[in-house]
Amino acid sequence: METLTTSSQPLALDNDGHLARRADWNEDVARAIAAQEGIPELTPPHWTVIRYMQKVFDQEGDAPSIRRLTKQSGVDTKTLYQLFPKGPAKKAAKIAGLPKPKGCI
Amino acid sequence: MPETKTPIERVSIVVSKGSLEGVYPALIMANGARMEGIEATLFFTFFGLDAIIDKRLDHLKVATVGNPAMHMPTLVGALPGMSAFATSMMKKEMEKLDIPPVREFLTMVHDAGCEIFACKASVDMFHLKRGDFCPEVDEVISVGQFYEKSAGAEIIFT
Repeated sequence: METLTTSSQPLALDNDGHLARRADWNEDVARAIAAQEGIPELTPPHWTVIRYMQKVFDQEGDAPSIRRLTKQSGVDTKTLYQLFPKGPAKKAAKIAGLPKPKGCI
Repeated sequence: MPETKTPIERVSIVVSKGSLEGVYPALIMANGARMEGIEATLFFTFFGLDAIIDKRLDHLKVATVGNPAMHMPTLVGALPGMSAFATSMMKKEMEKLDIPPVREFLTMVHDAGCEIFACKASVDMFHLKRGDFCPEVDEVISVGQFYEKSAGAEIIFT
């Protein structure tokens, strides 16, 4: 099994390279994953997206669609793609410690 | 040695049909590409232009005739109101899946970085002007330009 090494200890990852256990997630882990994904710094709008995705995931068992994400988090589509270049939904989910989103939209 | 597959980096999607079921797959695939970090271009040609004509794009309809997968006899499909009925049913199902209406979808994919082009030959054939299109259309381009812009891309025809 692949692992992610942060300052503390190696964390287990699932087959998609996302955190295997949600309980392992904390803000430092998020920063470590973000750095790995080419996002050097997590700014307040990044955290807005991350927290919103976690909230929806905890309530519904899957990450929200991009449409819902932009409508409800207050971060518009253009900004979302700037915050998480090269695949916002997947990247934000990964940094948020959630599995890869299942939806198509 | 394990076989390594090259990931897709760019797609160019050609939309040639103007029915709702002709347009949505292209929009969904373009949006899905951007979500995966794949560059995407939409090229609207022939009747596909209806999807970017400002006055028409909110009124695209499902074709109820000539489609065996509708499981509807041709004569029933041809009844007045049948296409409108099928369209409203499909729109309801789409909304449930959080798939936006065409206009919002065009804005969404464009904001996501997908380029939107209209085919010059079709624009000339239908006597259309730049002002007939929705603001998301980046440019009216020739087939030659389309191929130039599609360099290195997978071309998908819908």
